[in-house]
Amino acid sequence: MSKKGIPLVHLQRGKTGRITYIHGGRHGGPHFGHHGHHGFHRKLNVLGIREGQIVRVDSKQPFMGPITISIGNCQMTLGRGMAHKIIVEEL
Amino acid sequence: MTKKIVLMGNPNVGKSVVFSRLTGAKVISSNYPGTTVDFSKGRMILDGETVEIIDAPGTYSLEPDNKAEKVAFKMFEDADVVISVIDSTNLERNLYLTLQMLESDKPVIIALNLWDEAKHLGITIDEKKLERILGVPVVPTVALTGEGIKTLVSRIKSAKSPKKIKPTSEEGRWVEIGGIAKKVEKFEHRHHTLRDRVNDLTIKPLTGIPIAFGIIFVCFWVVIFIGEKLSFLITEIFEIGYKPLLLDFGEFIGDGHLYHILISQDYGEVAFEESLGILSTGLYLPLAIVLPFIIAFYFMLSILEDTGYLPRLATLVDNVFHKLGMHGYGIIPTFLGLGCNVPGALATRSLETRKQRFIAITLLAIAIPCMAQMAMIFGILGPYGLYYIGLVFLTLIVLYVTIGFILNKFIKGASPEIFLEIPPYRMPSFRTTVKKTWMRVKWFLREAIPFMIIGVAVINILYTVGLLQELARFVQPLMEGVFGLPGEASTAMITGFFRKDLAVGMLLSLDVNAYQLVIAATMLTVYFPCVAAFIVMIKELGVKDMLKSAAIMVSTAVVVGAVLKIVLLGV
Repeated sequence: MSKKGIPLVHLQRGKTGRITYIHGGRHGGPHFGHHGHHGFHRKLNVLGIREGQIVRVDSKQPFMGPITISIGNCQMTLGRGMAHKIIVEEL
Repeated sequence: MTKKIVLMGNPNVGKSVVFSRLTGAKVISSNYPGTTVDFSKGRMILDGETVEIIDAPGTYSLEPDNKAEKVAFKMFEDADVVISVIDSTNLERNLYLTLQMLESDKPVIIALNLWDEAKHLGITIDEKKLERILGVPVVPTVALTGEGIKTLVSRIKSAKSPKKIKPTSEEGRWVEIGGIAKKVEKFEHRHHTLRDRVNDLTIKPLTGIPIAFGIIFVCFWVVIFIGEKLSFLITEIFEIGYKPLLLDFGEFIGDGHLYHILISQDYGEVAFEESLGILSTGLYLPLAIVLPFIIAFYFMLSILEDTGYLPRLATLVDNVFHKLGMHGYGIIPTFLGLGCNVPGALATRSLETRKQRFIAITLLAIAIPCMAQMAMIFGILGPYGLYYIGLVFLTLIVLYVTIGFILNKFIKGASPEIFLEIPPYRMPSFRTTVKKTWMRVKWFLREAIPFMIIGVAVINILYTVGLLQELARFVQPLMEGVFGLPGEASTAMITGFFRKDLAVGMLLSLDVNAYQLVIAATMLTVYFPCVAAFIVMIKELGVKDMLKSAAIMVSTAVVVGAVLKIVLLGV
């Protein structure tokens, strides 16, 4: 997979993109609570945050609040820090 | 041994609706619902044999990474048959867990739930083909209406473990799933629905935040409305049906210590709100004052949960809660705490780190009055007007935010970001909502009501032997000097350790003005949790952290009392 693209957090509201890369998922990166990296990555996967999937930005809460995205029929909210690690190619 | 049938599935797939369709009225919930680890157990008759149905906590995989998933995994291991409940609108990601289960040697049957919703979204799944590929029975269901449940039940006996799919890596599983989905799933174009519109409006900040305020306001209005009506009804029963009996019984035992402890401090008089007898106030307070509001509260909470609104609320408030060291899910313990602080404290488990839990519990104890306490605050301040009630709640909100903000700065540790799924809006099933409310009320009757009766008993005994008055004399100077309250308010403060609601009620008999009542009611909320909540908080935080937390509570109460005295009384 290529690493080109922009972090998901920079994708504008209403725009869609294809996930090209996820930083720090499996082998380190900052911690995500007690999930551990592996569990976190799996949860991302299970909710459809996988390379190749199409993602749409539904809303962004103000003042660096979380963003809400949808993939397929699945909608989820994630913090901006996480959204920084997901690289997308705008469509 | 009764056979165990376990319902497994991702969160938000309508598992509990399937569960309530399968089981009869007798349902046991073994851990408090609302905590991360809750599950329900029930029974059904299957081919003339009684079997146990277990509703496991929602999980995404069989590799557990939190407490709830660990419980789900254990239940899976103990199962005789597994019903894998799948959300048909999200086949791919649901298949991950199912595939893992099919790799084991447990007999599995699949319920393709939310079948109608999938149709509505233009998704068609060829269930026969899926059945052939996986080698286990696949039954489309709409649990909400009961469609397909009969077929599901009749096919449970054909559940099997075909091992058609060999254990693979995580990566390999996704590839496998992609292949299966391509073969069985078809998509049609769909139009923007009303539900999408509503979803958009409630999650975008500009419209979502006003709507959230509206929803919370309406919820509380309904809780107070239902609560008052129920409370009035039960009070009538106490006054008309129970009081004569109690008075007769009183005459029978005659004046003395026993009478004081069981019925009333004053011989021949029973005032349910203040007599302090175990059989009078001890029963009346929990059953006629607290329980009605608890029923109403849990009913509304279940509706909020079942419609899927809470994750949206968590998204909208995440911003604020993150600045207070938690994340959006911090709203859940706070919300539950408004019913009773005990489940509120238990729900802090859904926050990930020690720091988050410490802040959540401390704020809960300081600034979140429970239903019992709120009912009493409304009771004593109501006659003076909404303005005074507003003062109490405004102070509490200011405290919640300020202390959260300060704790976030000084408590070490991480506060991870929010990450949650937002399920689509769903019409709550009346059946499930009622069942859920009933389960929670039952929990409350079993776990909290005895504490309340014991609390009243302890206060009564302390009062009868004179120890309460002795302790109260000790704090009297503090009351008068620092907080501008009459010395007798100290009795209420001591009582507050055992029963906050009773303590607030005690303020009534004092010769005070409305502002003094505001100060006393606020301090009673802030200074310490009630005994029941305190014990649970120790369990959740450990003794050392709880001591720290308690120190924060007490010092906050002193500061708040002194400041309110200056601001409100002007002295």
